[in-house]
Amino acid sequence: MIAHRQAPKKKDEQNSVRRMTVLVNDHWENSLADAYILNTSSDRKAMLDAIGVSSVDELFAPIPSSLRLNRSLNLPAAQSELELSQHLEALAAKNVPAGKAVCFLGGGAYDHFIPSVVDAIAGRSEYYTAYTPYQAEASQGSLQAFFEYQSLICQLTGLDMANASLYEGGSGVAEAVIMALNATSKKHQVLIAESVHPEYRQVLATYLANLKAELVTIPTPNGYLDPNALRRTITDQTACVVVQHPNFFGCLEETESLASVVRDKQAVFIVSFDPISTGVLKRPGDYGADIAVAEGQCLGTQLGFGGPYLGILACRKQFVRQMPGRLVGETVDRNGKRCWVLTLQAREQHIRREKALSNICTNQGLFALRAAVYLAALGPQGLRETAELCMKKAHYAADTLCKRSHVSMRFKRPFFKEFTVCVQSNEVPRLLDGVVSSGFHAGLSMGRWYPWLQDSFSVAVTEKRTKQEIDGLASALQARLMHMEKGGA
Amino acid sequence: MDKPQSTELLNELSHAGRRCHMLPACDVPDVGPGMPHSALAAAPPPLPEIGEMDLIRHFTNLSGRNMSIDTNFYPLGSCTMKYNPKRHERWAGLPGFANVHPLQTDETIQGMLEILFDMQNYLMEISGLDAVSLQPAAGAQGELAALYVAAAYFRDRGELQRRRVLVPDSAHGTNPASASLAGFETVTIKSNSNGMVDLEDFKAKLDDRSAVFMITNPNTLGLFESQIRTITDLMHEKGGLVYLDGANMNAILGITRPGDFGADMQHYNVHKTFTGPHGAGGPGSGPITVRKHLAEFLPTPIVVKDGERFRLDHDRPKSIGRVRSFFGNVGILLRGYFYIRTLGPDGLKTVSENAVLNANYLLARTKKKFEVPHGERCMHEFVASARTLRREKKISAMDIGKRLLDHGFHAPTVYFPLVVPEALMIEPTETEGKETLDRFADALLSIIEEDSEFLHHAPHTLPISRPDEVKAAKEPKLSW
Repeated sequence: MIAHRQAPKKKDEQNSVRRMTVLVNDHWENSLADAYILNTSSDRKAMLDAIGVSSVDELFAPIPSSLRLNRSLNLPAAQSELELSQHLEALAAKNVPAGKAVCFLGGGAYDHFIPSVVDAIAGRSEYYTAYTPYQAEASQGSLQAFFEYQSLICQLTGLDMANASLYEGGSGVAEAVIMALNATSKKHQVLIAESVHPEYRQVLATYLANLKAELVTIPTPNGYLDPNALRRTITDQTACVVVQHPNFFGCLEETESLASVVRDKQAVFIVSFDPISTGVLKRPGDYGADIAVAEGQCLGTQLGFGGPYLGILACRKQFVRQMPGRLVGETVDRNGKRCWVLTLQAREQHIRREKALSNICTNQGLFALRAAVYLAALGPQGLRETAELCMKKAHYAADTLCKRSHVSMRFKRPFFKEFTVCVQSNEVPRLLDGVVSSGFHAGLSMGRWYPWLQDSFSVAVTEKRTKQEIDGLASALQARLMHMEKGGA
Repeated sequence: MDKPQSTELLNELSHAGRRCHMLPACDVPDVGPGMPHSALAAAPPPLPEIGEMDLIRHFTNLSGRNMSIDTNFYPLGSCTMKYNPKRHERWAGLPGFANVHPLQTDETIQGMLEILFDMQNYLMEISGLDAVSLQPAAGAQGELAALYVAAAYFRDRGELQRRRVLVPDSAHGTNPASASLAGFETVTIKSNSNGMVDLEDFKAKLDDRSAVFMITNPNTLGLFESQIRTITDLMHEKGGLVYLDGANMNAILGITRPGDFGADMQHYNVHKTFTGPHGAGGPGSGPITVRKHLAEFLPTPIVVKDGERFRLDHDRPKSIGRVRSFFGNVGILLRGYFYIRTLGPDGLKTVSENAVLNANYLLARTKKKFEVPHGERCMHEFVASARTLRREKKISAMDIGKRLLDHGFHAPTVYFPLVVPEALMIEPTETEGKETLDRFADALLSIIEEDSEFLHHAPHTLPISRPDEVKAAKEPKLSW
């Protein structure tokens, strides 16, 4: 209900009017807080009388006057929905999102298609305006949805149990490593392949900096972790080995050989995987992973400049007591009716405090729901077809770029939906910037993270990319490279 | 309306051959991927096979088995369950925001960076601190990031003996858990009979091994720690840092600022104070603000402005690094920005005034018949106790919380903080009106007159009765 401009009333009456929207330049009230506040001046007076004080200010008496802010916050003045809509649309127009330029960027966030059913369900405010389901009787909707999410993640990973979500893929790796350190309490060494997402490795380094752990990065000069290199590096002190499959360069790792090296040393094998890839590739549990983690953005979440996303974590049964985060379990109510509750909470911070194995509290519930709806919408056949389309189009793109754009494959390795190419130039950022105006986010410059890959960039191809877009990218890159060769800006 | 089929699981609904999502035919020639056979799966994961009608009906029916802010008063203490404006959802969904890839070049995200740059400034101004990182994904991760910053700061100064983090016994569990994860030892500080930090206990435990004092202010009892300046001065004299857990910022917006009462570091819960929808358990967003001398240790990247151009600054040699991949929980940060821009400085202050007014009104309405330790006044929330009720009438905090569900109210936070036995922590927030508060108070007061046996079996009208939590933990069934 929108309040319309009316003849001015007496002051008391004015203040007693509740409004959802305040008109621009309204001289009755200078604040838009009323937009979300129901108390009118007469309500406030009645409430103050019941409390036994004469002003709201008296309620703040416990705050010493010397600590009060005796001025207004230095923030922009309130704006109406209409004004802010215009302001925000103008700001949004300054960005070049996927869609405005064709997105071939990957590196852990992918431009996959999101079926309408995902937004239809996640857009229901019965889900998005609820909170952590502490009161099971009033939260069966969320609890059952998370139980389904956990079950679907078990199917996706081939592992025994999954939690109800972590923040995102990077801290997911760190949480998995801390699980492994706790499970192998006498060991302190953590091995990670250089081919794991560089930001995930940075997160892990930050998490381990203050703990009794040694982090060793194993080089991957050929674009994958050589099982023999791992065999030479692993020791009896190794608590866990972390790899990514497919890795940051897009290449497949030799997961089964790596798993056997890790198993020989009784270390924990942690794999960061691409959920979509399980439509065609073996699942982490199938090739011997003990803990699987993933960035779940690809399962129905928009790119959104990096978050909120979804941290997926699943593991074998023996690690359940080390698992971080919320877990939903099935039980029965007093009448024997099947229902769901948060369970095994003795692991968590609100019970164990300083002895907790993780500090996570709020997680990414809404995005676990999105992933559950997405996976249910795709089903086995939809996931397989999505993965096959990604794979075929990525291979067509690699083939086309190599044939037409003067680029070559940087690594001679099999890949899934992402691959790394190199050019005869160390000016990769200039090359990529130059094709944005032709309508392409062409790829990620690898030199930013890998000094030895200044001449390389990665290209990601999802099921959304068309032949026309791929051919267009090849032409744009070719034109730009020729322009640069001729000394153009 | 609850239906028998509401509780069917997806795997039970699964029917071979059904599907919801169809994909286009492949439009590229097959160039022979040459995938190694050993890497390929024989079959895709055995996901359920569901048609679109069944899928929508399933999750729609499930949604009816939730309480939410849009359907119920949700006075969950410490969680600040305020109204989530609908305009935020529309704005966050603008393609120019929602479809931005996190690794695009700065030139292609100038609008996004402008918002985040402004948001950095707003959060510094509201906390009275000098520098900010928007990266942490939730309050707990903000705490952790700040403690990493503190550890890096002391390491940089060569003060390696500072291994202790002081935490009041009324603090959230995340505080001591974060301290352990950051390699610190937790020292618990007692609360005094007024529900505040026991200054004598604090002084006795304060020495040159103390690194950080983590304080929540207003504290979890809903009380402003009136000796906060003394506490922060003492901590600073010993060379330590003060961390403010900003969970309760909703009480003090524009009224007092953590930086002004001596905090050196602070996290925000954007999903609480600045109304990001709680999403049935997240996402949150936990940016941290710090004093100037800690700025160089903040996580990377940070948004900076060079002339008229915004860019992400990754080149910060003393930074602790990253606590997560990509920029942060941008979707929630955007909503926080929308909220601050909608309300402006006066509106934010009005938020806190009404949050405190609503809490005190509920307190006044209930305390005559309901025990509220330290309950003369409160800030944005208060903690009632069912201790006497339990002793005299065998009515527990749990019983009361469960019975409130029958009245259509979400239960308060129960059994927290730990310093109050049989605690019921009630936070109405500013977006509720007097009639709702009256109805809630009436319900609360009527419940304590009810028969205890009847209450032990509450709720009586919800889709399920009390679940067997012991069975859930003893025989964990965590998937189909």
